[in-house]
Amino acid sequence: MNHDYQKDIAGCGLTGLISKKKNRLDGSHIKKSLSLMNDRGNGLGAGYAAYGIYPELPEHYAFHVMYDYSSSRMEAEELLKANYEIEKIEEMPTAPVKEITVSPLLMRYFVKPKKDKVRADLSEEDFVVKTIMQINSEVEGAYIFSSGKNMGAFKGVGNPAEIADFFKLEEYEGFTWTGHTRFPTNTPGWWGGAHPFTLLDWSIVHNGEISSYGINKRYLEMFGYKLTLLTDTEVVAYLFDLLLRKHGLDIETACSALAAPFWKDIDKMDEGDREVYTAIRMAYGSALLNGPFSLLFGHKNGLVGINDRIKLRPLVAATKDDMVYMASEESAIREICAEPEHVWSPKAGEPVIVEFDK
Amino acid sequence: MFKSQALTEYIAKIDTNKCIRCKRCIQNCGWGVYSWGGDKVNIDTNKCVKCLRCYHYCPVEAIDIVDNPTFYKRNHNWSFQHIKNIKKQAETGGIPLTGMGCDLDYPVLFDNLLLDACQVTNPSIDPLREPMELRTFLGKKPSRLDIKRDKKGKLKLKTKMTPQIELRSPFMFSPMSFGSISLNAQKVLAMAAKECGIVMNTGEGGLHEDLYPYKTNVMVQVASGRFGVNPEYLNAGVAVEIKIGQGAKPGIGGHLPGEKIPLQVAKTRMIPIGTDALSPAPQHDIYSIEDLRQLIYALKEATEYKKPISVKIATVHNVAAIASGIARAGADIIYLDGFRGGTGAAPTVIRDHMGIPIEHAVAAVDDRLREEGIRNEASIVAAGGIRSAGDAAKAIALGADACAIGTTALMTMGCTVCGKCYTGNCSWGITTQRPELTARLDPEVYGQRLMNLIRAWNHELMEILGALGVNSIESLRGSRERLRGVGLDSATLDMLGVKPAGR
Repeated sequence: MNHDYQKDIAGCGLTGLISKKKNRLDGSHIKKSLSLMNDRGNGLGAGYAAYGIYPELPEHYAFHVMYDYSSSRMEAEELLKANYEIEKIEEMPTAPVKEITVSPLLMRYFVKPKKDKVRADLSEEDFVVKTIMQINSEVEGAYIFSSGKNMGAFKGVGNPAEIADFFKLEEYEGFTWTGHTRFPTNTPGWWGGAHPFTLLDWSIVHNGEISSYGINKRYLEMFGYKLTLLTDTEVVAYLFDLLLRKHGLDIETACSALAAPFWKDIDKMDEGDREVYTAIRMAYGSALLNGPFSLLFGHKNGLVGINDRIKLRPLVAATKDDMVYMASEESAIREICAEPEHVWSPKAGEPVIVEFDK
Repeated sequence: MFKSQALTEYIAKIDTNKCIRCKRCIQNCGWGVYSWGGDKVNIDTNKCVKCLRCYHYCPVEAIDIVDNPTFYKRNHNWSFQHIKNIKKQAETGGIPLTGMGCDLDYPVLFDNLLLDACQVTNPSIDPLREPMELRTFLGKKPSRLDIKRDKKGKLKLKTKMTPQIELRSPFMFSPMSFGSISLNAQKVLAMAAKECGIVMNTGEGGLHEDLYPYKTNVMVQVASGRFGVNPEYLNAGVAVEIKIGQGAKPGIGGHLPGEKIPLQVAKTRMIPIGTDALSPAPQHDIYSIEDLRQLIYALKEATEYKKPISVKIATVHNVAAIASGIARAGADIIYLDGFRGGTGAAPTVIRDHMGIPIEHAVAAVDDRLREEGIRNEASIVAAGGIRSAGDAAKAIALGADACAIGTTALMTMGCTVCGKCYTGNCSWGITTQRPELTARLDPEVYGQRLMNLIRAWNHELMEILGALGVNSIESLRGSRERLRGVGLDSATLDMLGVKPAGR
């Protein structure tokens, strides 16, 4: 049994912004906002996710991969070449940063699964997820840390500004950005351990510790997910994948499974709602994320912010024109939007769901 | 007849200086230990079972029940029970019987498991100030839900849900039949179950008419004797349970002697007064898993698919594969009865040497159902050795949905686990049908005590959840990450799916 693992624990700060009109902003804003919260991290991990950054190849899966050894690269590429049409292979552009002395080999691939790989019982997305699971769990020293279309994750060991500079984020333009600074309390030093965690075009930045990790992990394993990173955040990413993509729930409903309403509130609902939410709690009890968290969930159609159901971690939201901001601290928002129109603290368990204007 | 060489275990003593000759001990003892000798109480200590009824009811504390100091010569190999049983068997040629669960010194894994708690990186939650949820549903759950929004944006559930038992907290009372225990004892269970929002289980003795008012908190059982089974009975409760086996006596049937079948028991069991009530070892229409499936569906038909069907088995070596078969046969609940589980009567040799502990069984079954992707198909109830809310929390962390308690519930009625249930002389009025004994068990008074116990365990469970930093029982269920083993070998840890303490 796969139980003898050491779980990774970390505290953190997070921030995110989205333009509902899909105006693209460069990475300097998110870097500035996140850097204000340096004291929420300890310089041992930071990362960003950005949407709309690869408009020239929007229909290709953009795989960001880190390799510890050149043999890992050879093995992984062999696997990729056998299964994918590869449009482009390149080293990820980076700039030298004084504080970052070591980094893994970082590669980027724009790919599409070969036609014959997709079958009636295995969708294109399922196939891509399978590849990611396979490479991340079976190829020693290889780790696909970003796999969506027209989006990408950038992360590593360093503080927010160092990681942003290292990946030259000011050269990317996106309409949704999220950022995360990390305070790991045990073995730091692995680039893959930083946030965001992504699967397909979904990305999670997360502050908190999922106290229900043990059962969430075992629940996901029942559906074939392989949890290789031993962090809470990986669980969150896969739960969203399960509920949204595989079970076809909408975001609001999925959120009501992950941060379920209390029975005392369900009991007060009208009969129809009571039936639905009772069923959600019965069927998805093992998916309930219990313990302190605030998280931002980015996807191709928007951005979601949500707290645990008794709000044990901070999350503040604000709006200005077509922009919506969410962050651990209000100051991180005001750092890049001095005069927001509306600022509020989302209630425990109630998601803030932002979608692009139609 | 010569005097038995089987040594008396206990010596009942009365301090004649303290004794006020009130004769309450004579009245209270169901075993006939005491009799009136004209000026003092005479004692036949050979009959004493140390149930302590007399001790508690002596108004001047004149009674002492002590272990017989004339013990057999101490020997680590030949225990007192070994020697005593050999003497008894030599004298009678019979099978020594016993009541209650195995009392031998096998390892209790609950005592080698420790729960986690929050410090710094995640906050603990105060159950006195924050909601803490224990509500539990037993039954088959869909593996996924189909939920759509209507035009107004209101959620509509398209998935058809199957029937469930709703429990206010993850506890239930183990099956104990009318016959094995008194009607008053069953009333205690029923009243407490109703008050606590949980369920009691009829056992295989049918449902006495006095218990129909409690039917929303009753699970009815169908066992190999089929006593008291009819359509009204099957539809009376919230669920139907098929009893395949019992932890204390796996593979063994039951025998309630005719002396314990007075009118009320006979009526409820639907058998003539004074006939022996024999429960065959197997159910004679279930010799295989496909036969079980037929009975499960026969009961579903009889209850119009409105009640979950539970299957109770003793935990034996191959329990995981058996449980998987039961889930696939259509059961909604799998009730696992560990080898320490109680009984009203069992051959001692069976009770003490067969089956496996509930801790191993829950872990193995939960693992197997997950590996096969069918954990949602059936709920798991853990029974047979749950002694405290701590044990219950550990069983739930190992993978149980709920825990059932039998012996624990009887203790609230006065039981001291003397283990002589099979004699029908229970001085506490629990495992007897003698009217002068059963009359002393007041359902109102003891119902309140049992309620207190469940309430106390609920509070303890909430404190445990709060310390773990979760506010709902489903976040502990199967969360073995929150358990650590102490003093367990690596094969056992691996089997349990639990890390050693310190890792």
